[in-house]
Amino acid sequence: MTARTNIRFLRHGEMVELSDVDPNETVLDYLRLREHSTGTKEGCCEGDCGACTVAIGQMENGEVKYQPVNSCIQLLGSLDGKELVTVEDLTSPASPNGTLHPVQSALVKHHGSQCGFCTPGFAMSLFVLYHTDGVPDRSQINNALAGNLCRCTGYRPIVDAAFEACSQKAEPRNSGPFSLLSLGDDIFIGDDNRFFASPASENTLARLRAAHLDAVLVAGATDVGLWMTKQLRDLPKIIYLGRVGALQQIEQTENVLQIGAGVTYAAAFDVLGKFSSDIAAILRRIGSTQVRAAGTIGGNIANGSPIGDMPPVLIALDAQIELKNQTGSRSLNLADFFIDYGKQDIQADEYLANIKIPLLADNQHLRCYKISKRFDQDISSVMAAFRFTINDGVVSDARIAFGGMAATPKRAVRTESAINGLKLDDAVGWQKTADHLNEDFAPLSDMRASAGYRMATAIALLKKSRIELAEQSHTRIYGDAYVA
Amino acid sequence: MLREKSRHKHHDSAVFHVQGSATYVDDVTEPIGLVHVAPGYASASSGKITSIDLDSVRRAEGVITVLTASDIKGVNDCSPAMGDDLILAQDEVFFHGQVVFAVVASSRTAARKAVKLGSIEIESLAPSVTIAQARQSDETVLPPYQFRRGEVEEQIATAQHNIKNKIDIGGQEHFYLEGQVAMATPQEGGGMHVLSSTQHPSEVQHCVARMLDVDEANVVCEVRRMGGAFGGKESQAAQWAALAALAARKTGKPAKMRLDRDDDMIMTGKRHDFQVEYEAGFNDKGILSAIKSDLYARCGCSADLSLGVNDRAMFHADNAYYYPSLEITSHRLKTNTVSNTAFRGFGGPQGMVFAERMMDEIACRLKLDPLDVRKRNLYAKGRDVTPYNMQITDNISLAMIRSLEKSSNYRTRRKVIKKFNRENTILKKGIALTPVKFGISFTLIHLNQAGALVHVYTDGSVQVNHGGTEMGQGLYTKVASVVANEFGIPAAKVKITATTTEKVPNAAPTAASAGSDLNGMAAQNACIIIKKRLATLAAQKFDCKVTELEFADGVVTGAGRSIAFAELAKQAFLERISLSSTGFYATPKISWDRENVAGTPFFYFSYGASCSEVTIDTMTGEMRVDQVDIVHDVGKSLNPAIDIGQIEGGFVQGMGWLTTEELVYNEQGRLTTHAPSTYKIPTATDIPEKFNVELWPSKGNKAATIYRSKAVGEPPVMLALSVFSAIFDAIASLKPGSVPKLNAPATPEEIMRAVNAMDADNE
Ligand SMILES: Cc1cc2nc3c(=O)[nH]c(=O)nc-3n(C[C@H](O)[C@H](O)[C@H](O)COP(=O)(O)OP(=O)(O)OC[C@H]3O[C@@H](n4cnc5c(N)ncnc54)[C@H](O)[C@@H]3O)c2cc1C
Ligand code: FES
Ligand code: FES
Repeated sequence: MTARTNIRFLRHGEMVELSDVDPNETVLDYLRLREHSTGTKEGCCEGDCGACTVAIGQMENGEVKYQPVNSCIQLLGSLDGKELVTVEDLTSPASPNGTLHPVQSALVKHHGSQCGFCTPGFAMSLFVLYHTDGVPDRSQINNALAGNLCRCTGYRPIVDAAFEACSQKAEPRNSGPFSLLSLGDDIFIGDDNRFFASPASENTLARLRAAHLDAVLVAGATDVGLWMTKQLRDLPKIIYLGRVGALQQIEQTENVLQIGAGVTYAAAFDVLGKFSSDIAAILRRIGSTQVRAAGTIGGNIANGSPIGDMPPVLIALDAQIELKNQTGSRSLNLADFFIDYGKQDIQADEYLANIKIPLLADNQHLRCYKISKRFDQDISSVMAAFRFTINDGVVSDARIAFGGMAATPKRAVRTESAINGLKLDDAVGWQKTADHLNEDFAPLSDMRASAGYRMATAIALLKKSRIELAEQSHTRIYGDAYVA
Repeated sequence: MLREKSRHKHHDSAVFHVQGSATYVDDVTEPIGLVHVAPGYASASSGKITSIDLDSVRRAEGVITVLTASDIKGVNDCSPAMGDDLILAQDEVFFHGQVVFAVVASSRTAARKAVKLGSIEIESLAPSVTIAQARQSDETVLPPYQFRRGEVEEQIATAQHNIKNKIDIGGQEHFYLEGQVAMATPQEGGGMHVLSSTQHPSEVQHCVARMLDVDEANVVCEVRRMGGAFGGKESQAAQWAALAALAARKTGKPAKMRLDRDDDMIMTGKRHDFQVEYEAGFNDKGILSAIKSDLYARCGCSADLSLGVNDRAMFHADNAYYYPSLEITSHRLKTNTVSNTAFRGFGGPQGMVFAERMMDEIACRLKLDPLDVRKRNLYAKGRDVTPYNMQITDNISLAMIRSLEKSSNYRTRRKVIKKFNRENTILKKGIALTPVKFGISFTLIHLNQAGALVHVYTDGSVQVNHGGTEMGQGLYTKVASVVANEFGIPAAKVKITATTTEKVPNAAPTAASAGSDLNGMAAQNACIIIKKRLATLAAQKFDCKVTELEFADGVVTGAGRSIAFAELAKQAFLERISLSSTGFYATPKISWDRENVAGTPFFYFSYGASCSEVTIDTMTGEMRVDQVDIVHDVGKSLNPAIDIGQIEGGFVQGMGWLTTEELVYNEQGRLTTHAPSTYKIPTATDIPEKFNVELWPSKGNKAATIYRSKAVGEPPVMLALSVFSAIFDAIASLKPGSVPKLNAPATPEEIMRAVNAMDADNE
């Protein structure tokens, strides 16, 4: 089968077909430099400010669903099969000044803009919230806005606008001819030296991976995007994973939850959130709604970062991963995947296929804590995950993993064994195990936190997890709305 | 009085904002042949430049030319006053991020990628980075300055109680959402047209003219709006405009320079960080008899606006409190870091952090409610002379505090919090109610002037232009309302136009909160001149006196007769009467003799008060703001919606400064928090769900400002001091009588440091 050599997406209700797609071209550059649509702004070009927010429409069960993404770090090629909605699309052009979209009129009415530079991004985040089912409460609004920075207003008027606009029933939107976009074929734009490839099957993926060991796999591009925009790296060969169906699967058997490596945080939220409210609380705080709409759990693992939030959680849960290449597959403990800083157990021809998470037994309890300077969209200074198996008030098996405490996400092996056998209400006994954390970890100081604070906080979180379990109490400054 | 009909309901650009059609510099349709400029800098923070090798830069794809200091024919300086800020470094670098060369290329990406190929060698010297290092080496950008009154040392020594302590106060990155940007287009005859995102178009114009060695009249600087500025585009927009102009001059092509966000954060100045050492003497009731404070400020590598910033820190080291005897000394330290600059509040916030900390500490020592200590120390009759010898005549602090104390339920909540803290060991709550008093006027007296230009057209529509710039604060909207009101026409009939040095020359920066005070008055002045001419004509027609005429509802009436404003304008045209005028305003009554610490530097004061409640986690240092109540005085508001926006936005910005926003420099003098991934400004979740803001029911500014309104841009930033004090209060609850050693910003780590220090504190 020959691959398609263009991408097709919907724009202003019509299909756009592009065959000149540079592998490094971002959606934002496409909008501002090619289309000359300047409504979408660049505030940071690293996914943090939301000024560049656009909505991406996708057909799901016969209905178009919208998600906000940071166009500054999204690859143009990833738009294939989707609809691109920007601030220019919100106002209906019927009348000379146009009729404002409900989210736009609400922003005007509540004085939601001052300098206005952040406003198109907020309008787009609210547009997505408006088209999301249900009437949002304050914490859902905060969540929808977590990826949009405004330096002028102090947010209150924007939150008010969100309340007003999103309490109405959404007017359905005419997206355009989704049916014209072919979905099931491989895409290859460019030549063997410079290309954007978007395989539609694992077979093609494995073949491309083997043929181009120097190609970069891209899932949500929430890491890779920054290599291009911030490190100014040229990445001539891109293999985009977003259209490989097998990587997007979530399957649950009796004992194991299997999540495809290409599953986004957004797509995994429901199933992982049900798994544990602490996981839901962590997911809620990974990046922003925009980052979670694109970013994948597989990417969070594969990037090997010592400060990724999911690896500690998954290690504490004793997750396994499956790696594949053209010839077969192998499984390993996630904990063993991380060898050293920047070094993971993955071969050049392999890709990460899925993550298998054992479900919690009735006597197993998970506690997760993310510590950062800011509640929303901040990288953890310390990320802690504890899974305790408890029988008759005694810990029979502790699995503890930390992020931000070492060159990789890492288990606290010595501490674990010191805790095994301790009673949950043995505060003094637990207190003593803190010394073992000092043996397990030697954290670094950086701009997020000092080594001393990291260590002290790790010790405090261990203590906190015990108190919360022993006393069945909630000892966090954020209320329940932010936990589940 | 501003009539409701003349008042804009919304920011004039609100609809454009939400549609994405509001045009910022980078959105202007790019001219054909546009070239792009990107800055290059060295890896070191300090030392002699031994070589600059740009060969591979020149050979890189898309590169047209490279700019270095030798390309500058005129003056290589972009400083606001002192002549100590190079546009392009010459022989030496003074901070990490100082621009040494700039690449001009056919695309932005090509320019930025080529920059990376440059190689600059520096004979690197150990940089002086921190306040401690600068104090050690005693290097300053400007001489120290002092206010002193009374027998300070003796008063402190003989007081019933005395304290000696210090506090570190961090700086702040502006994080305007639109980064620094400029586009320059060469004009015939050596002229240059510059679009710049600047608060100070006149300064950009002058800087570009000096650099190109052409007359100021040959350079135009224009700005329709900025995507935020907050002081960061007062002096620091000039360099980028100059580099764009230099590229345009060298290539003969239009040139654009837009900084990448990280470059912007590395290369442009911030709010000054301070260290304050203080002593105070007070009685059993907590009433001060004397204070002594040394304000050490990190100014960075050059003076920039540090004179005014540090003076203002001194002017506000009293906040709303009376110091019978005092010594306030300001030290302006030089470091190998980017030159710190204006930031909303202009030094005032740092001075006030000291004042509020002193109140908190006194209350802590005496085990009094901090609010009572604050009230007892407020300026009052007979206790109304500031440290700079100006008498305060418009004080409303006490009334305001009392009102907020009641409306926020302070006393009841204090009890509830005490109970909460007794019952909870891990989470602790704190509450604080703090006042704000902020002096309005530029303390550099000559800046207190403004010009405007008003045109009336024959269909009765009006264009207004003035020297002020729009950065989101609603200045254009307010001034347009003034014009509509003067002519008695609907707001929609007044067309707002971009600020340009072509229309109003030699303008002051839009700063010091004085934008609408100054430009509103200048525009009103122009309107009055035109109105006088129109009135003379109408009076002739109606056969009545000019004083009998009224301009309202789009009609001019008098002696029982009336004429539409538009018709009158047309008649005036036919009668060959000018329908255009400039207007001018210079703030009256102010004076400042810096040497002798004498005069009236402020036209009036702006007042406010806020009450904040927080919860902290004493195991992790995490903090959450639970509730905020604010009352703020804007006189007779020109636009309540816009004013409330300034209050809320200012508060949240101040809260960020004192909590999550932490600037970290490493030992080599490099800023390590140069991106929004590491530098955290507040998000929607950080603001409290209970956030109540009220305008003070004012009868109008005592000073004769435009329609008796008050400035509102900066003062609300300092309302956030109540958050910082509430965190202090929460920590103080751990051990009554002990004084938390909390510095700003109160990040989780800083809160933990202070919590742990309470354990160690055995006093
Ligand atoms: C604004 C912002 C906020 C963020 N906040 C957080 C946060 O709070 N917590 C956190 O943990 N992270 C955060 N991140 C980092 C990032 O979002 C996550 O690491 C994310 O999970 C990466 O997934 P991705 O799909 O976007 O990866 P990509 O950027 O597409 O890829 C990342 C790396 O993984 C490789 N890769 C991806 N998929 C595979 C695969 N299937 N097989 C082999 N290799 C693969 C890529 O080649 C690349 O090396 C943030 C990022 C941004 C921009
Ligand atoms: S520009 Fe800031 S998130 Fe994209
Ligand atoms: S309105 Fe200026 S950043 Fe939001």
